Amino acid sequence: MFVEVTLSLLKGFLSTVELFALTLLFALPLGLLIGLGEKSKIKVISLPLKFIIWVIRGTPLMLQLLLIFYGPGILFGYNVWGGNSLGRFVAALVAFVINYSCYFAEIYRGGIQSIPVGQYEAGEVLGMTHSQIFRKVVLLQVIKKIVPPMSNEIITLVKDTSLARVISSYEIIWAGESFIKSAGIIWPLFYTGVFYLVFSGLLTLLFNYIEKRLSYFR
Amino acid sequence: MALLEVKNIKKSFGSTQVLHDISFDLNKGEAISIIGSSGSGKTTLLRCLNFLERPDAGTITVDGKLLFDASDKNKFSEEEIRKRRLHFGLVFQNFNLFPQYTALENVMLAPKLLNEGDDAELKANAEKLLDQMGLSDRMGNYPHQLSGGQQQRVAIARALALHPDVLCFDEPTSALDPELTGEVLKVIRELAENKTTMIIVTHEMAFARDVADRVIFMDGGVIVEQGDAREVINNPKEERTRQFLSSYSKK
Repeated sequence: MFVEVTLSLLKGFLSTVELFALTLLFALPLGLLIGLGEKSKIKVISLPLKFIIWVIRGTPLMLQLLLIFYGPGILFGYNVWGGNSLGRFVAALVAFVINYSCYFAEIYRGGIQSIPVGQYEAGEVLGMTHSQIFRKVVLLQVIKKIVPPMSNEIITLVKDTSLARVISSYEIIWAGESFIKSAGIIWPLFYTGVFYLVFSGLLTLLFNYIEKRLSYFR
Repeated sequence: MALLEVKNIKKSFGSTQVLHDISFDLNKGEAISIIGSSGSGKTTLLRCLNFLERPDAGTITVDGKLLFDASDKNKFSEEEIRKRRLHFGLVFQNFNLFPQYTALENVMLAPKLLNEGDDAELKANAEKLLDQMGLSDRMGNYPHQLSGGQQQRVAIARALALHPDVLCFDEPTSALDPELTGEVLKVIRELAENKTTMIIVTHEMAFARDVADRVIFMDGGVIVEQGDAREVINNPKEERTRQFLSSYSKK
């Protein structure tokens, strides 16, 4: 039984990791764009982005998931996501990407703003181009600054993926829960926690390693 | 003809006029000190020369070449401004070294990005400069491993690596402990002895008197008095200069 449960949970966990990885893949760059746009002097760009960030960070992710999945159907009388499991997965992914982009945007913005203006000016008086200043002077300092808050947020994402359950997108919690009905046992549901623990443990090690690699300068 | 000619520079921030009609000349191989109380416009003047601020009026000429003319409304490309500002070097009060690079890499970075030579050549030059700054045993250190005085000397080497016509210092010792001030002043003194063309904004009056050829005293955005360094500091002609200097000698 234990082996059977473990295998089934592994399969569910694979979906969890897929959702996690794809969210990062899209949200990391999108967050940077939003973060830069939010800093833009052009109000038509910065104000709507500030508004979106306010809404996304100010409402529960679970609500956003439900709205994104059911909203189009309610508004247009047509379910854009399709009824199958892939559609649910994509809807969950879209919700996660939007939500996490906004959090990442704030981290990027904070990181970029923390670089003293003197660093830019030193680059300028040394005749560097703006792009050289960004790539050769600022970028690594920003990365060093954002690794701790990013790792926090990314570890939160591991656990937040379980919210995909509310729109019946298949992941590990679902896999664990299904044993209640099929076999009348509840321990597989709690067993899922071990998978989260191991995964976030590995991520913690990875981020510690990155932090350590960047500790050669201050 | 003077190497640097600054004529009628004016600069305001909002409604505050920081520089009123500043004009001065600087000859090749000459060191000039700018003294004055905080807020007198000394730093803004240096920033204008280095294109970190754009003057509202006036011209800047180096070696007979008009680098900046406020009445010329054509916007220069970023490329053009970069080329022009390379006539000047700037050493900041807070050093502003790049923390992720060693002392040697800090000095080499800009020449490398500007393709000023092959790596071996640039490295040799950077090592020579750091050696000249008395830092031959600190080349592989990162800024946070260096004292303030050492960091400032790296910053001086970094500015020199691009061979500026005029090297500007913005209060180079103001962020340093009194103990570390001396080592930085010593290298600036050596640069003066080697006829490096320099503009030094400083609060070290004795240093200005002994090292600079000429002194400019600024107050409220105007040049109140300028002339031979010893003359201005030992026998100021203007009442305002006297007041300022006496407030210093009391300390």
